[in-house]
Amino acid sequence: MASPGTAPAAAAHHHRDDEPGFLRKYFFSLDHKWIGIQYTVTSLVFLLLGFTLMMIMRWQLAYPGQPVPLIGGLLSAANAPGGIMLPEFYNQLGAMHGTIMVFLGVVPLSVGGFGNFVVPLQVGAPDMAFPRLNMMSYWAYFAGGVIMLTSFFIPGGAANSGWTSYAPLSVIAVGGGQTFWLVGMIFLITSSLLGSVNFIVTIVQLRAPGLTWMRLPFFVWAQLVTSFLLLLAFPPLEAAGVLQLMDRVAGTSFFMPSGLVVGNRPVAVSGGGSPILWQHLFWFLAHPEVYVLILPALGIVAEVVANNTRKPLWGYKPMVYSAIFLGFMSFLVWAHHMFLTGMGTTISAFFQTTTMIISIPSVIILSSLFLSLYGGAIRYTTPMLFALAFLPMFGIGGLTGLPLGLASSDIPLHDTYYVIGHFHYVVAPGTIFALFAGIYFWFPKATGRRMNDLLGKIHFWGSFITINGVFMPMFIQGLAGMNRRLYDGGMTYAGLADVLRWNTVIAYSAWALGFFQIFFIINFFWSIRGGRAATGNVWSATTLEWATPSPPPHGNFAALPTVYRGPYEYSVPGSDVDFVPQNQPAEA
Amino acid sequence: MQIPYTVEVRPDTGLSNAKLGIWLFLASEVMLFGALFSSYVLLRVSAPQWPHGYEELSVPLATFNTIILISSSVTMVMSWAQLKLKRPVPARMYLWSTVALALLFLVVKLYEYSHHFALGEYPRASTFLAIYFTLTGLHGLHVIGGIAVNGYLAGPGAAMWRSDPERYTNRVEVAGLYWHFVDLVWIFLFPALYLL
Repeated sequence: MASPGTAPAAAAHHHRDDEPGFLRKYFFSLDHKWIGIQYTVTSLVFLLLGFTLMMIMRWQLAYPGQPVPLIGGLLSAANAPGGIMLPEFYNQLGAMHGTIMVFLGVVPLSVGGFGNFVVPLQVGAPDMAFPRLNMMSYWAYFAGGVIMLTSFFIPGGAANSGWTSYAPLSVIAVGGGQTFWLVGMIFLITSSLLGSVNFIVTIVQLRAPGLTWMRLPFFVWAQLVTSFLLLLAFPPLEAAGVLQLMDRVAGTSFFMPSGLVVGNRPVAVSGGGSPILWQHLFWFLAHPEVYVLILPALGIVAEVVANNTRKPLWGYKPMVYSAIFLGFMSFLVWAHHMFLTGMGTTISAFFQTTTMIISIPSVIILSSLFLSLYGGAIRYTTPMLFALAFLPMFGIGGLTGLPLGLASSDIPLHDTYYVIGHFHYVVAPGTIFALFAGIYFWFPKATGRRMNDLLGKIHFWGSFITINGVFMPMFIQGLAGMNRRLYDGGMTYAGLADVLRWNTVIAYSAWALGFFQIFFIINFFWSIRGGRAATGNVWSATTLEWATPSPPPHGNFAALPTVYRGPYEYSVPGSDVDFVPQNQPAEA
Repeated sequence: MQIPYTVEVRPDTGLSNAKLGIWLFLASEVMLFGALFSSYVLLRVSAPQWPHGYEELSVPLATFNTIILISSSVTMVMSWAQLKLKRPVPARMYLWSTVALALLFLVVKLYEYSHHFALGEYPRASTFLAIYFTLTGLHGLHVIGGIAVNGYLAGPGAAMWRSDPERYTNRVEVAGLYWHFVDLVWIFLFPALYLL
């Protein structure tokens, strides 16, 4: 098992730990805080890249067949002759947008970034349990990202069978893109496997003395459940990836049915495989993955809400139990993505029932967060604005999911823009807003400086308005029956004539959304050196990460803390200040 | 900076970090092979016909390999037991025997593979062969991983016995847990592929 190096003499070991060389400090760091920052910066770059792909696609949907302005000349002639993108290239952008956003952007940011930086601090540990595994986890993620990006530049381009890579389309896809995708995924799965083992061991084993389970901050609970989902749900996708790789490289027929005809020619495979098998294996991962996307976000919002309402979370225990139940149930709902495959009514009935059940814990958590606002003296800081916006946005995302969870109403809505609108409300103005809240909230802890509040508020209001301009019209288009993967934005369908104009609204909203991210990027880099200096406990917060200087030294705490109380003791009656840190003894 | 519970056991969980870590890793491995076994079952029950393993594959060779792997699990446990008795020399001998037995397993496996290839029985020939090569191939990779870990612990990694004997013993125990899992996967593969 990897572990911190064990030198024969403890003194030499200690010395080397405190004075890491240049490479060890900045590239192959073993310090969870630096690895967390590596994850954060890398995944933010990927988020921007994934979003850029979408901004290019939105041009094609709003103005089909017209040359892409500004950057059209930069696209290669093979992908976009004369700046007009080809359908194959559009498909590549679509598949890679989803892949990059989910596997290279949001999950690495919420788990690899925030999890790595915050969890050891919040549990009062000197580092993660296995620092070397932690480093390998980052570099496996990085390698997976490089492989995914490289695939854009190989003959045939990147994967173009959608982020779900449904067989047999993905198996027969020409070019190396899909094979790169599968190899890249195996790296990313390895990375998250190493990470999740590390998180669980850190949370279970390295909790500070006195930090009992019900004194853990909700964010740590969210990360714990998330880690279990990653640990147990990703391996089936790895298995599926191996099988699809065999199909593509060794010519097997795991997902290739008998008698498959492509381009009027029978495909020369032995056959007997099952395309539906891929879908089962894929969604067995990808539904728990939805909760991997949302749970850390709920955790961040819980921290920010408690801190900025200056009162304890309403219903901390039900929230914890809900998160655990959510994690468990998320393994039993996957086939609600597959109502259209003709699984049969019995199976559909089972999965729609479990889907309705799983909405209960989600509603409990969201309601608790809403009720936490009641009676609070709310501080409208930038992180709080993002957290407040998260609540109704995630609510819209959740409620619009109910018709998709019921088989009968899902069938007409399946694969329309309604679905796109639904899950983007969960993930974009939901999770990504929560991630922004987290960045504004913990930035002072990581750098010792605060981010600029005015730029933050411009970023918030600009993003909040434009992002609704992007996703709200999708419900309208989807209910009118617009399919999600149309290259021309639905122009060829007479029935969609009335909703085509929304494509322009969405496009301009998306580009405006891109514009407002510039404020964030400037703020982020400028504040590292130019921001107002922050104290160790800049937000007057209670959890352990604020009980050490900003940025925390190597080893996190001068002396490992002892915990005496719950995570959110704000506005305790009879106390001089409106917060009591977790490590403050009872008689102090 | 020292990370707590790398060697000693945390009182309230009763575990050291590495012990918990390896069990979690094995849980994910169960999910990996579980998904592949489920795929095998699903493909087999939905196939109009499916050959019997004993007609296509060599049961005597697989039986021999089963005995080899079970023996290697025994030598692995013996190595740990010797370390607990503070006898590093026989412990290393047992570790090397585990590595040797694992290599013997792979040699037999390669002989089986080359025999199939010589007959033109490649993975693409049928779904039966596809699942056979995928499952045994992935298991073979796990065997190679075990050889690497056990070889390291028996070779350069054994230096830790002098600096931190308790931690070295724990490492051998943890490597053993992994090795027993690899063994266990084969115990499932053998009947599922060769006998049914």
